Amino acid sequence: MIDYHALAPAAVLGLTVVAALVVDLVVRRKVWVAVVSLVGLFGAFVPLLTLAFCEPLLGCASTTRELFGGSYVVDGYALVLGAVFLATAFVAVLLSVDYIESDRYYEGEYFFLLLAAALGGVVMASARDFVTLIVALELVSGPGFLLAGWRKADERSNEAALKFFISGVLALALLVFGVSLVYGLTGTQLFAELAAVDPDVAELPLFSLGLLFVLVGFGFKVSAVPFHFWTPDTYQGAPTPVTAWLAVGSKTAGFVGLLSVVFLAFPQLRHVWGPMVWVVAAASMIVGNVVAIKQDHIVRLLGYSSIAHAGFILAPIAAMAGAPAEALPLAFYAAVAYLLVYAVMNLGAFGVAVAGIAKVGSGKLSSWRGLFRHSPSLAVMMAIFFFSLAGIPPLAGWFAKLAMFQAAVGADNPWGLSIAVVAVLNSVVAIYYYAKPVVAAFFEEAPAELQLAEAGAASSPAMRLALGLAVVGVLVLGVVPGVVAVLGRYTTSLLTLGG
Amino acid sequence: MEWFDNGWGLVLTVFLPLAGAIVLLAIPRTKEDALKGVALVTSLATFAAGVALLGRFDFSRAGELQLGMDVPWIDAIGARFHIGVDGISLPLVVLSTFITLLVVLYSWDHWPEPHNPKLLLALVLILAVGMTGTFVALDLVLFFVFFEVVLLPMYFMIGIWGDRGIREVPVFGWKLEMRLYASLKFFVFTLFGSAFMLLGFLALYFRSGTILPERTFDIVRLSELGAAGAFTGTFAFWVFFALFLGFAVKVPMWPLHTWLPDAHTAAPTVGSVILAAILLKLGTYAFVRISIPILPQEAANWAWLIGLLAVIGIIYGSLACLAQTDMKRLIAYSSVGHMGFVMLGIATLTSIGINAAIIGMVAHGLITGLLFFLAGSMAHRYHTRDMGRLGGNMKLMPVMGVLLGFAAMASLGLPALAGFWGEFMALMASFDPLDGLDPGLFRGFMIAGAVGTVLTAGYMLWMLREVNFGEPADEWLGKEFHDVGTFEWLAWAPLVIATIALGVYPKLVFGMTNDAVVRLVEQAFGG
Repeated sequence: MIDYHALAPAAVLGLTVVAALVVDLVVRRKVWVAVVSLVGLFGAFVPLLTLAFCEPLLGCASTTRELFGGSYVVDGYALVLGAVFLATAFVAVLLSVDYIESDRYYEGEYFFLLLAAALGGVVMASARDFVTLIVALELVSGPGFLLAGWRKADERSNEAALKFFISGVLALALLVFGVSLVYGLTGTQLFAELAAVDPDVAELPLFSLGLLFVLVGFGFKVSAVPFHFWTPDTYQGAPTPVTAWLAVGSKTAGFVGLLSVVFLAFPQLRHVWGPMVWVVAAASMIVGNVVAIKQDHIVRLLGYSSIAHAGFILAPIAAMAGAPAEALPLAFYAAVAYLLVYAVMNLGAFGVAVAGIAKVGSGKLSSWRGLFRHSPSLAVMMAIFFFSLAGIPPLAGWFAKLAMFQAAVGADNPWGLSIAVVAVLNSVVAIYYYAKPVVAAFFEEAPAELQLAEAGAASSPAMRLALGLAVVGVLVLGVVPGVVAVLGRYTTSLLTLGG
Repeated sequence: MEWFDNGWGLVLTVFLPLAGAIVLLAIPRTKEDALKGVALVTSLATFAAGVALLGRFDFSRAGELQLGMDVPWIDAIGARFHIGVDGISLPLVVLSTFITLLVVLYSWDHWPEPHNPKLLLALVLILAVGMTGTFVALDLVLFFVFFEVVLLPMYFMIGIWGDRGIREVPVFGWKLEMRLYASLKFFVFTLFGSAFMLLGFLALYFRSGTILPERTFDIVRLSELGAAGAFTGTFAFWVFFALFLGFAVKVPMWPLHTWLPDAHTAAPTVGSVILAAILLKLGTYAFVRISIPILPQEAANWAWLIGLLAVIGIIYGSLACLAQTDMKRLIAYSSVGHMGFVMLGIATLTSIGINAAIIGMVAHGLITGLLFFLAGSMAHRYHTRDMGRLGGNMKLMPVMGVLLGFAAMASLGLPALAGFWGEFMALMASFDPLDGLDPGLFRGFMIAGAVGTVLTAGYMLWMLREVNFGEPADEWLGKEFHDVGTFEWLAWAPLVIATIALGVYPKLVFGMTNDAVVRLVEQAFGG
């Protein structure tokens, strides 16, 4: 007997994917496809809520539901992250509406692919075995490859798609190879069973090798150093609304998979993956931040910023290297809390990039000079998002940083403390480049030859709604971060971590 | 008035400016009278709330935290919205609301270029939230948030309205506008310190969980633990060091002070005033409120170093002043020296020293605030701050000249003016520091500090000679100079009056602080 209630969020989204295709065939004004997408994404929230409040509302026995022999699980973690994917896709659609109308792009298919990727994310959050996880990951990635190349006539976009595709496929190959090793040695690919695997098997070098390949595969997905090289080019070349989805949705999907693997499948092997993650986290922070300093294109800058943030999100995981099992929930909580805040503020930052590029005609920071003079509200929003990314209170980013430091320091071991110090130094360096666009927008005069676009995508209703949501999110979560903390705790409360 | 005593009075004092700032954002930029009116009403109301706090504060129990509120904020991590004032924080809260009001008054007809009253006033009001908030916060996370809230407004203030002169960046050799350089430097230095401070807070939080049933960020409870000797050894050392970095950058203590002369010099007048009058006090206040009570052992262990850095700051600041040609930069360096006296007072760990520190903070806020106002107004008229070109100000603008003379006298610590008490008592406390500290060393500090007061007198008098006396240079002859205007009077007269009042009757501050300081010292060091 299949639990349709548990499948409902994915099912609603799946139907929306189909509906988007059908609507695209019958309507002339493609904006209706976007409307259908938005309605579908919104509709998928409903079963998420009924599942979350199942116990008080419908009298269910438990919020946690296991399907297909434990391969697909709906619990607090799946619900919260599922909501993140839906919300991210929602905002990404809003950001895309005008962009996609502004030139001769395929419109219907665009939203279809975006929805399919969101569906992948929702499934990813529930995946509790490797096969489901790989399917979900590909459902996220495949549309991403296509969307990155959506500007057919633009060489940069072609390059973006190709780089993304090749590195993505390589990542998948490594991941699958790693999984095959693990499966070969243990005979199972279910996380719950892997967590209880015989310690003797787990200590085999070949097993560690399998784990390493799996981690490397995710390293590409979350664009952590040294697997990040595709990121800046793909981010810059892809249509900017797509970049917003890649930097938030696709990256979060990678992190969700990574968290599931290390915390649910291999919690007892933290002395193996912990040091690996430590190196990758430290390298991501340092390389991401240092290279970002030199960037003068807003999307590229955000690209390197997202590499640095990957390092920050990995920091609590790295801190687990020498930590007792009791420390696992805190690290898991910290990573999830960071992802939630990261999604809100990064969507906002990319939204500003989309609107700003539409307004001033270029992503070069030199043409963003004087933004405050001619578009004050856009400039203020940019300052809010960029300083939130930098982690300045009272903007939401500070709480993400606090959660990260909390987990790293709370792990109470040299790995944790050292990664915390690396993170501290990096958050200081980061100020420099987050301030750069702000300096251009607020402190400098507009270049003489600047041609401003009339209204258009920069101030359309969809764009206003997207940016408005993100601004409210960043301010509210910054002042009442308890919301993030509660959601973060909720994800860990129903998991058996450190089992 | 029960609601007022139950914490809502403090909430009002802290968050009224925020409400004002939000209203400002809703008013179109061109309606300047409305903007100014809203800002004035807000800052007046905030100051009134601050005065009302004085009225409701029970001075017979000045050692205890009062008028507070303690409600859950971020439940999941045990951070609470815990606020309150005692005799130590109350004068600083009132000072913040006072200075904010004067800054708004002064701004009435002094707008730096580019002209944008809306943004400037909104930033002033947001700054006020962070400043008063820091002084009333009794939870480490809340403290951190308020401590950081001041960063962005000040950053924008310096960056937008700052000095447009070109400056070469040391080491890198880039040429940058002063405002861009100074704003970023201010930001990076402060953030560097406060990031380590946050790590220190977290370490305390986790350690508290091994002693108490629940982990806590609460400053009061952590102070109790600290007094009971809960934090010792290398753990305490590293935490103290991390907190020290955060606070010392803000004060600023030598050698972490280098952002200050740049920020002060580059900032527009109101920015300099707020920076000098209030922002620097966040650091010294944090030493008194957090470092000493929570980590008394480490405070005692490292008092010699803090005292030494303080004295170096005094001497270095004074000598640096003598080398300046820019009037604003001179006043900025004088702040390094004055904050050195405040830190010296704190380093003695005695009730006299800490009392001295607090009256020193208030006095420095009033006097240096006035000095920066004057420097700003003079630069506005002369279009230069170069003391080589200024001169004969007494002949051109006699009233302004008298005020400058007054402020300089107050700054060099003339008895019967506010500046005297902080310096004098800090030196007195160094003669007899806390038991266990090396009296010989601290007496050495006392002598060095005394030399510092002489140097201070030296550079202040030198500045007066350069700016006020002598004959006006040829370039100023035949030009009309408006002497002090109405709104300048409105902003400055209260400062003058307060400076005299505190000088003649320091009990205005000691009456509040003494009980609280004695209690703090007793709790931390057992009397």
